[in-house]
Parts: sequence; C-alpha cells; structure tokens
Amino acid sequence: MGTLSKYRLLILCSGLLFVAIGLIVAAPVKWVVLWTDALIFTLMVVIIGTAWMVRSRPYLLAPWRRVVRNRIAAGALVVLLSYVVIGLLDSIHFRELLPAQEGSHQQHYSSNTLSLLDKLLTPIRIQEEKSYSAPFAIQLFSKESLQGDDGTTVRDYPRLQYGGAHLADISQRKEDITNTLLLASSYALATWVVISLLVVWMLARRHGQSYRQQFKQLIRGEMEMPWCTLLLMFLVILLLLFISMMLGVKYHIFGTDKVGQDVFYQTLKSIRTGLVIGTLTTLVMLPFAVVLGVAAGYFRGWVDDVIQYIYTTLNSIPGVLLIAATVLIMQAYIAGNPELFETMEERADARLFFLCLILGITSWTGLCRLLRGEALKLRELDYVQAAHAFGVPQNQVLSRHIFPNVLHIVLISLVLDFSGLVLAEAVLSYVGIGVDPTMHSWGNMINGARLEMAREPMVWWSLMAAFVFMFILVLAANLFADAVRDAFDPRAVR
Amino acid sequence: MIAYIIRRLLYAVPILIGVNILTFWLFFVVNTPDDMAHMQLGMKHVTEEAVDNWKAERGYDRPLFYNEQQDGMSTLTDTIFFDNSLRLFVFDFGQSDDGRDIGYDISERMWPSLALAIPTLIIGLLVNLTFAMLMAFFRGSYVDLSGVILCVVLMSISGLFYIIGGQWLVSKVLHLVPISGYQPGVDAWKFLILPVVIGVIGGIGSGSRWYRTIFLEEISRDYVRTARAKGLGERLVLFRHVLRNALVPILTGVVVVIPLLFMGSLVMESFFGIPGLGSYTIDAINKQDFAIVRSMVFLGSVLYIIGLILTDISYTLVDPRIRLN
Amino acid sequence: MRIFTFISLCMVMAFISACDGAWNNPYPADESDDNTLYSSFQERPKHLDPAISYSSNEIVFTGQIYEPVVQYHYLKRPYELIPLTGEALPKVSYVDGEGNTLEDASGDVAYTIYEITLQPGIQYQPHPAFARQGDDYLYHALSGTELASIHTLYDMQQSGSRELVADDYIYQIKRLAHPGLNSPILGLMSEYIDGLGEYHKTLQQARSGDEWLDLRDYPLTGVEQVDRYTYRIKIKGNYPQFVYWLAMPFFAPIPWEADRLYSQPGLIEKNITLDWYPVGTGPFMLTVNNPNLQMVMSRNPNFHGEKYPEEGAPGDEAAGMLVDAGKSLPFIDKVVFSLEKETIPYWNKFLQGYYDASGISSDSFDQAISFDAAGQMGLSESMQAQGIQLKTSPASSIFYMGFNMRDPVVGGESERARLLRQAISIAVDYEEFISIFANGRGLAAQGPIPPGIFGYLEGEAGINPFVYEWVDGQKQRKSLDQAKKLLADAGYPDGRDVGTGKPLTIHFDVTASGPDDKAWLNWYRKQFEKLGIQLVVRNTDYNRFREKMSSGNAQLFRWGWNADYPDPENFLFLLYGPNGKAEQGGENAANYASAEFDALFETLKSMPNGPARQAVINEAVELLRYDAPWIWGMYPVSFALYHEWYKNLKRNMMANNTLKYARIDTVLREQRRAAWNPPIVWPLLVIILALVILVTPAFIAYRRHEKKVVS
Repeated sequence: MGTLSKYRLLILCSGLLFVAIGLIVAAPVKWVVLWTDALIFTLMVVIIGTAWMVRSRPYLLAPWRRVVRNRIAAGALVVLLSYVVIGLLDSIHFRELLPAQEGSHQQHYSSNTLSLLDKLLTPIRIQEEKSYSAPFAIQLFSKESLQGDDGTTVRDYPRLQYGGAHLADISQRKEDITNTLLLASSYALATWVVISLLVVWMLARRHGQSYRQQFKQLIRGEMEMPWCTLLLMFLVILLLLFISMMLGVKYHIFGTDKVGQDVFYQTLKSIRTGLVIGTLTTLVMLPFAVVLGVAAGYFRGWVDDVIQYIYTTLNSIPGVLLIAATVLIMQAYIAGNPELFETMEERADARLFFLCLILGITSWTGLCRLLRGEALKLRELDYVQAAHAFGVPQNQVLSRHIFPNVLHIVLISLVLDFSGLVLAEAVLSYVGIGVDPTMHSWGNMINGARLEMAREPMVWWSLMAAFVFMFILVLAANLFADAVRDAFDPRAVR
Repeated sequence: MIAYIIRRLLYAVPILIGVNILTFWLFFVVNTPDDMAHMQLGMKHVTEEAVDNWKAERGYDRPLFYNEQQDGMSTLTDTIFFDNSLRLFVFDFGQSDDGRDIGYDISERMWPSLALAIPTLIIGLLVNLTFAMLMAFFRGSYVDLSGVILCVVLMSISGLFYIIGGQWLVSKVLHLVPISGYQPGVDAWKFLILPVVIGVIGGIGSGSRWYRTIFLEEISRDYVRTARAKGLGERLVLFRHVLRNALVPILTGVVVVIPLLFMGSLVMESFFGIPGLGSYTIDAINKQDFAIVRSMVFLGSVLYIIGLILTDISYTLVDPRIRLN
Repeated sequence: MRIFTFISLCMVMAFISACDGAWNNPYPADESDDNTLYSSFQERPKHLDPAISYSSNEIVFTGQIYEPVVQYHYLKRPYELIPLTGEALPKVSYVDGEGNTLEDASGDVAYTIYEITLQPGIQYQPHPAFARQGDDYLYHALSGTELASIHTLYDMQQSGSRELVADDYIYQIKRLAHPGLNSPILGLMSEYIDGLGEYHKTLQQARSGDEWLDLRDYPLTGVEQVDRYTYRIKIKGNYPQFVYWLAMPFFAPIPWEADRLYSQPGLIEKNITLDWYPVGTGPFMLTVNNPNLQMVMSRNPNFHGEKYPEEGAPGDEAAGMLVDAGKSLPFIDKVVFSLEKETIPYWNKFLQGYYDASGISSDSFDQAISFDAAGQMGLSESMQAQGIQLKTSPASSIFYMGFNMRDPVVGGESERARLLRQAISIAVDYEEFISIFANGRGLAAQGPIPPGIFGYLEGEAGINPFVYEWVDGQKQRKSLDQAKKLLADAGYPDGRDVGTGKPLTIHFDVTASGPDDKAWLNWYRKQFEKLGIQLVVRNTDYNRFREKMSSGNAQLFRWGWNADYPDPENFLFLLYGPNGKAEQGGENAANYASAEFDALFETLKSMPNGPARQAVINEAVELLRYDAPWIWGMYPVSFALYHEWYKNLKRNMMANNTLKYARIDTVLREQRRAAWNPPIVWPLLVIILALVILVTPAFIAYRRHEKKVVS
C-alpha cells in the first residue's frame, strides 16, 4: 500500500466522476432532484466522508472491524446493502425527452418522473393487467363475460395480457418455470464463481499467499473477515436477482393488484420509501438533537432549562396527534402552493419529506436527552477541565473533546431507530397520516391488503409480498444494530 | 417528598401552557373556524350565513390570540384561545364541535380502553418476565440462542400483521370469538381476549429481549457470584436475588406508561371496534374535530407528566439511596 | 403444579359451559330469541333533530321516529306519495298576485297553497316533556338539585303523551328559521315559504342569549293554522317539488313541550337535546342512545297503527312481498344498531348471521355475486347455500367527474375546450371503472338523470351520442381513435399542444386517503395516458378541496349527488347557471353557465310530468351532452343482501321509514347462527401441545441442571 495506491484510488475516483458527469450532461433527459433525493445524496456524502475519516483513525476503525467480523452482522450487511442499492437506483430521477414535434424546435419533457430503477424494470413496470391475478397466474383472478368464437357469451377467467402470454396453454407453465429457474440459477452461479475467484485472487495478492492456500483459509473460515459468509450471502442475492428478473418479465411473480399493476414492482418501489423514512428521519433532526443536547449538558444553567422545557413539551404531546396535525398542515401548504410541486411525484415526495421531518421532531427528544446526560458527564472529566484551565476556547473544547466522544451514541441511536421507523410507517399509513396514498410503500400495501383479505377466495399476495420484504429488511437491520451496539458499547453483554 | 411533588406539578404548568399554545396553533392553521363550520353543517345547501351563524354560536368569530377591539385584559381574554384553553386546566373539556360533552365521552370511553390496556400490560409483563428468566437461566445454551433469535424475529414483524392475521384466523376461520365489537360489563371478556393475546404476542419480542439484557447484567454482578459461592442453588439465586434487583429498572420502566394506558391503543381499538379513547382520538382526527383532539392532547400531556413524577417516586421507593430534591 | 392443572381445567370447563351455542355471538346470549332486528351504523349520527339532520346515516333513525304528513309507497314504482299522518295528500291551490284563486297552475301563479288535514287521535311516544302534575309540567323548569341526578333523558322517570295537532307541524316549520339551529335548508326554503327569511331575522332580534324562544308567540306569514288538525303552507310561485319536501323529516312535527324541555341550559350541557333524544309519533322510539357503542330503537307503545300495503308493483306478489298485506305494523319489537366502522368485520358478521342485512362492499363482491352465462347477476353458490337473498335497485344518484367551466384549458364555451372535453369523455372508460371498482354494480351514465327518475330514457333514445354509438342493438363506447381525432381537432395531437409542442397536463383534484384510493387514482391516470394527456393528481384534505371548489380553482374533480326527491329538477339544477358554486356558492360545482340551458331549465322546472316535459328535458340533456361539462360517470346500483329470515325487504331509495315493514323469523335465525358458527378448537389444542413439547426439554434440562448444582 502506501502513497501510490492512494493516488491510484484518487485517479480512479476522478475518472469515474468525469464519466458520471459526462453521462448526466449527455443523456437526453431532464434530471429531477426531489427533496428526499437531495437528502439521500447528502447522507451518502456524509457516510463516505465519515468512512474516509474513520479509515485513517485506528481507534475509530476498531469497533467497525468488530462489527464486520461478526458473521451475522456481515450477512445482514450484505442484505442491507442490496436494499440500499435498490433504494439508490430509485433515487435518481429524470424526465424523458418527448419526441420532437414537426415544425417546432422546442424541447419538451414528459411530465412523468421516472427513476433509474423504473427504467431498469421497464418490462415489469409497464406490463399492466386489467385487475387481480395470482402469482405466476396466466389468467385473471375473477371471471368475466367473454365472447366465444361462435359469438356466444361465456363466463370464464380471461387470459392475462402479459403474464405467461407466451404460453399456449396452462399445462406448459410448470415446465417453463422450471426451465427459466434452472437457466437463471446457472447464470447466477456462473457470475458468482467468476466474482468469487476474483475475490480470492485479490485476497491472495494482498496477503502475498498462494492462491490455493488462500482458498483453503477462506473455506475453513480462518480469515479475519468472514469472507465465506459474505460470498454465500452474495450468492443468495445473485440467485434471487437473476431468478426474479428472468421470471419477472414472463410472469407476475407476486401477482397483480386491483388495477393490474405488478406487485413485485410495487414492493421494489416501496424499498426506497422504507429506507428514506428509516434513515432521513434521524438525519433531518440530527443537527438539532446534537447541538441542543450537547449545549444543554455542557452549558447547563438557563440554556439547559430552556432546552429541557422544549423537549419535555414536545415529548408530552402524544406523537400520533402531533404527526396528524403536521401532516394536515403540510397538505394545506402543498395545496396552497401548487406551482412548487409540478408533478405527482414531487407532491408525494414533499409529503414524504415532511413526514420524515415530523417523525424526526417526535423522536429526536430521546437522543437529545441521552446526549445531554453524556455531555454532563464529559464536562466533568479531567481532560476537559484541564482544557478549560488552559483557556482553550469553548467551541474548540466542544468540537475536539465533547463532540467526538458522543458520536457513538448518535450512531447507535441512528441504527437502533431504523427498524422502528420502518415499522412505524406502516402503522401511520394505516391511520391515514402516513405517506401519500399514491406513493408506493409497504404501509399502503398492507392497508390496501386489509380489504383484499376479506375477499373470497382471498387475495393474499400483496400482503405477503409486503410482509416478506419488510420482514427481511427489518430483521437484517435489527441484527446489524445488535452487532453495532455490542461493538460500540463497552458495557454491553456479549 | 410532598414539597417535591408540588414543585414538579408547578413545573408542569408552563409545559402544559406550551403544549396548549402549540396544539392550538397547529390545529387552527389546518382547521379554521370556517372549515369546522362546513364540516359540521354538511355538504348540501350550506349558505355563508349559516356558517357565520355557526361560528357566532360557538364563539369562533373572535380572534385567535389577541383581540384588538377590546381594552385592557380582555384583549387577551376575549379570544378563542383563552376561552378554549383555560378551562382545560380544571379538566372542563367543554363540548365537541358536534355538540357532545367531551368530558362525559371521555369518562365513558376510558373504561373499555383500560379493560384492554391493563390486562395486556400485566399479562405481557408476566409472559415477558418468564420468557426472559428462562433465557437468562439457560444463558449460552441452545434455549437462550433460539429464544433470542425468536425475539428478533418477533420484533421484525409489523404489529399490523399480528392483528390482521390473528383476526382472520381466530375469528373468521375458527369462530372462537366475535370479530369485533364490545359489550360493557362481564361480557366484555370475549371481545377482549383476542386483542389482549395479540397485544401480548406483539410485545414479547422487544420486551423479553430487554428484560433478558437486564437479567444478564444483574447476573454478572459481584453479589450474585458471592451468593453462588455460598452454595445457593441457581434457582434461589435467580429468584431471590437477580429477579428482585432486576425488577427495579423493569418496574420503573413500566410505571412511566401506566398513566398513558388511559389513552388507549389507536390501532388495536379501531381494528377490534372497541369504543375506547384510542378510537375516539382517531375518529376525531378523521373528522377534524378540533375540540376533542385538543382535549386528548392535553390529557395525554398531563398523564405523561404524571408518569414522569410517578417514575421519580418509584425510584425512591425501590432504592432508598436516591433522594428527591 | 397439580393444583395449577386442576384450576386451569376448571377454568376451561367454566369457559365452555359459559358459552354454549356459538362462541362468537357478539350479542348477549339471553337476547337471541328476541324479536329484534340487528343492524349497524358506521359513524355516530351527528344530528337527530329533524330541522338539522340531512345525512343518510341520520335518516335511518329519524325516518323511523318522526312522521311527516306524507310518505312514499313502500312497494309501488315509480315512487308514489301517500298520506302518512295526513287524512289525504295535501290539497293544492294557486293564487295570483291579487289573491284570486286560479283554476290551475298554467296562469300567472304568485303563490301556491298547500292545505293539510291530519288524522285525529295520533299520540306521541311516551316522553318526559309531556309529563304533568296537574297543570304543571314536571320537567320544564328543572332545579339545580334535580339536574344533578339527571345524566340521560331516561333519568327523568315520569313520562306522558299528547295528541298530535297541526300546530306541532307549524312549530317545526318555524324551527327551520331558528337562529340557533342553522337548518341546512333554511336558505333554500326561504326562497319558497312565504316570509320565512324575514321570520329568521325577526327571531334573531327577538332572541336574547340562550333563553327559550316560544315560537308560538311569533307568527309566520307563510303558515297558517286552520283548525286543530288542519294547516296551510303558502309557497311563493309554483314549485311542484315542494310536496316531496313534505315527506322529509324536515317537515315532521315537533311538540313545543319538547322544545321547552330541551332548551334548559342544564340539560344542554349534558347532551340532553333534541339532537340526541328525538321525540316523535312513529312506530319506533329511541330507547338506548350510546353512539360510542349501540343505538336501540324499540316499538312505540302509543303508535297509531298502520297496515301493511295491500297492493304493490307488478311482481311483488310473486316475490312474496304481499304475504303480510293488511297486517298491523310494525312487526319487530326492537332494532339494535351496533357501531361498526370497518367493512371487513361488518361483512364477516353478516356472513355469520349477526347482521340481518348488508350492503356489499366491492371487495366482498366476488364472494357474493356470480354471473350466469348471459352475464346476469345472481348470488354465488355459497351464498345461495346459506339462503342469502339479493335485491338490487338503481340508486337514484350519480357519481360524475366535473370539468371546471371557468378553467382556461378545459372550461369555457370555446370549440377547442369542448372538443377536448368530448375526447376525454370518450377516453375515460367508465364501463371498466364499474367492472373493477364497483364490480358491475353500476351503469355508465348517459346524462345527469339516473334511471328511476322521470326523464331518463332507456335504449337507443337514451344514449349520449357524443360518447356512444348504437351498434347491433347495443350501446358501444366510441373508439379511442375517434377520441384521438377529437383531441387533434382540439389542437392537441397526441396530447401535445399544436402550437408549442408542450404536453397537455390536466390537474385532477381529489381527496384521497383510504387504502383503496391509490388504485383508482392509478386507473384515472391510465385513462388519460391513452390520449397522451398527463393527469396530475392534486390530493388534499376535504377542507382544502372544498375551498378550491368554492373559489373555482379546481380543474377536474369527482363529485356525486344523491336525489332529495324523485324529480329530474333535483339533478338538472346541478348545472343551472345561477347555482354556480364559485359565484353563488350553489350546487353547480362545474360552474356551468349556458343561457340556453338555463332557459330550458326554468321551463321544465314547474311542468307536470308528461310528454311535453320529456321533450324539454331531452332538449336540455342533449345540450349538456354536447357541451360535456361533466364526464357523466356512473349511476350506482344499490344492492342489498339479506338472510332468509328477513322478510318483506324491498329497496326503496326514497322512503326512509321502511323498518316498520320488516319481519324477522327468529327461530330460523337462531338455528342458522348455531349451524354456521361451530367453534373449531383443535388448532388451539395443537398450539398448546406444541408449547408443551417445546418447553419440556427445557424443563428436563432445568431439572438436571438443578440436581447437578445441588449435588
């Protein structure tokens, strides 16, 4: 390693940046940055910046190493990362250029905002049926009057427009699915083998070992990092990716909803909503919580009194009512300023943003109180007192001594809050004060599924899809949060 | 002690005033008196005159905070805010926008809420403690591990799934209990049994895991080792020493929520059609009945503050080293 | 341990013995064979005071309790008015400006006079307002100590009754103008009832604080008492629809005693008002009023008696609707309404037999309804096996989409906007909407007048020629190509402005928050995409929506109208220029204003039903179809499912006092409930067993561990 590799990295990064900028300028689209997009990118920058900082400070890096060494946490991390990738793809928005019109040179863009994910999922996105259809069905879920060949009306299940349209008959379905499954699995396996070999090769090079030796070590789990687990998880993800994509264009693998939209597509779109609520909520209020919490603990006196008053007051208002009121206000604001929100996506996004904000307001008080307590403790410590005695300015004391030492609390609460917030979104949408009803979210899916459950035969797939995707995310987040807490909190029971 | 409580109660007054101003402002931004009038008067054939009349009847034709047309103190007192807020402090909630006595409704609806919340709390506490003790007892073994995994899994399932699934299975498929509804008195149990069970199951995950952590922390302390060294059986150590000491943080955690039990559970009550304060609040939000919402906010704040005070007191009761001052 | 097992065993035994029969019966077990009808309410009724109440969920109660002078015949179609408390239908006479009586309505009518004579001997329900000791009313001036022990109306132990007289009807008409009540029809009625507007002002001046206004002391010019049982109402001009108003609870009797009783501030504070404790002469009276849980109506012991109709519409006899002909009403003793907010429990309870009748929500539909080969609706096999029956009826209402005619893009008189509206009307495929969202329970609307109302035409004559074609004896929506052509003619080829190339964007103002809303919003978007038009949904809460509507800033919106009475005037007035929402705050939400249509409307308004009127209506409707201020949307069809023990049910969209006709076979109901709801216990036992199996190894390990420590 050394300076050379650092430069190489820098050159690589700037090269990538240039390519990205080139693409952005050259692409025949109008890029749209929604409010939450901007925040997500800010969050990414913050995370990358922090990672950069942590890299060069071994005492900060150590707990992270502990986290990643934990097998379960590493597996959970892979799952979380794949969610994040989907979420990020879904956060790059643009409006496509409309075909030019004769005799007019003006360029116009579609008023439909799409994301990169939409573009990638195009066949799945636009293959809309008329109404409900079950997973892998080739017929609609309910009977309709059909015109027979001889002109008579028959009541039967009509064939789907897209799902399994390439099949002549239902009897071929099983074979078709099996074939596609096998094909997709073999693709996935092949990709995985290539990537795994690459990884082993890289590791071998770095550790200066022979290829075979490295391989043995990896299999036996003698490495510092749980590479074996990571690669296996990666295989699972690859398998799922290939299978879902290859089957997804032929069938509706999670069925379709009431207006015939693919449920799998909806579930994937819901990921971004869940992630946004889970992360941005804490991020938005983080500055307030940190500044106020530290200030209260550090300065004490009237500052402390005022800050305590503010958060006790906010805390004592039942959260749901506060959220309800604010969501209503925000609706009034959006309705009053239609020129700010041109498209439906922007309106829905603004509502999501406000929801994050208000959820933040109801949840930052806990963090604030923790930080206040920690700051109270820290200011009495010897080295802080010593810094005072030497006449170090207060802002320096705060930024050098207090702030870095409360960072782990911020981090732990961020990770711990995540899963709770994802779950809260569902409940709030049920109460009718969650995200916009036009937005894809698990809460909205569950809410809609309540009515579907009453049908006979039951329409269960929307609920199931939302359940599975949400469960996996929250489970991974919980497992990861446990590992993070254990790694950072020295008192934690292992 | 009494002096302390009085001081805390006095400290609560500015907080409640703050809560009142905030909620009042929030709700009048979204819900002007005009909106309320239209909401109440219905959709067909409503004239402006009827709206004005409605407002005048209820005193909503005055300014919100500051009345310029009055002199002296009445610039502040002859306003909607003063009229509607001050009497809250003596728990006179007045009438809802559709003309019902809020205090009476709250006193009626409080009981179903409590009938649901108290059993859920107590049974939940017992189940969680048992489960956590079990895990702590077998710490490190497969029982512990599978217990923890079970907890994380249970935690990761949205509460809505428990409710939807439970209602579907137990009421619709198995015909064991009524699907929803309520009867006051002794008959209430058959409506409450399912929501209570679901509430308990929904809380097992996080509850047991938390209690387990507390138990383990307690077990690792010196006195436990001493007790064990004295030759006490594991069961005795666990029940006599660990449980008793671990109860301190557990009970204080529970005390905070006790007053808030009055507020009821929003989701549970509306799913099961239980006429408690939770569904009352949801209805009020949906109907934008400002008077009810504000009363509930006020009630919630008061109960929260009482909870805080109770917590402090319970600390001194279980741990004599802590003094209130 | 053993003791514990014993106790739990005892508990299980007690549990099982406590609820023999169905375990999931939501009603007390001892009520099961009462002659009671079980129904539900979704939202607590806000007003039961007949001067204020206007919502359909309130009229379920007020309709049974209050009796106006006329009512709709239960069985006959088209709807027909018959006397209720009146001796006969109101006698109508016309007067000109000088007070001369006219022969008929053809001349210059200045006033119309309705004379009504009541049947003698009708008594009010028992009510404390009538309770007397000697000449003094017991509860009209309650003291503080008396008030302290009163929490509901039923705490006033004594009750009395009195005969119904003409003055009670007059009293209620006066109450419509009461400044403290804000009756929703005061504005409308002031235009018709002579002197009502001025009367409102008089009362405003006369009123001081909350003190009781004895309306008997203030005469109203438009209403006149002739004798104890007869009164007259004087209407400005000719307004033949007024007689329909007389069938609504707005014109039911209110005894002054009740008004006096309820005016006491101490009672108002305790919610004891006419809004919560109605008093009437009808077949039922409200005996339990707990809107948080349950409302119960019981048979009124003083009911004057009424017989089940002897004749009905064709086919009623065959349908068994006349089995009870001539028998005394009502048949049931009690109606229990339970609060049921969610549709799923409601539907499931109906299937389990705990509600006697049900409407169907769209999502339960597949379960309930099946179609035969010809596409005719019938009950599905599982429903038929349960003995459930189905009644349908067109719902005399319309759900439409309106264009704001003040909008520069979609509104206005210009040819361009008209073509655009017509193109959109073709593209929005309401047949598909009905099949997805209403599961076929509706008809695609051809104009503003729904079936069952005079002026609606069947078949080819009734289709909207701008949206439909008549092909092979069936109506068929015009093709999308035709819509695209219209759009191109309007200057938006492929949804792009021909001048600038800018894509056409239309804003759809909605209030959506429910779980089902996302689906239909997507659906609308798809419809407009077919033409290349971008539909932007502006979703907001109801208040903001209302503001937007009344300031005329919406572009496209959904709205609906329920008929007040079965007359085309009640639908066409929704497009009458002077009723514009933005300018006048009226009901013309689309702000449509066409001098030609307004003139036709004024003509047809006061015409009697007949070919002449039909001709004018046709002309007016044709004009509307051409201008297309609404996408006509759909006429919903109302469905009712009911169990076989529920007798004499016929959908009547106008009458609201229909519970008195219902009869319940309680024995059958009891049998069916037990048969349908057998508790299935084995999964519970399996779960308990599984738990035991899971815990046993832990327990064994624990015992071993214990021994190890001790040893």
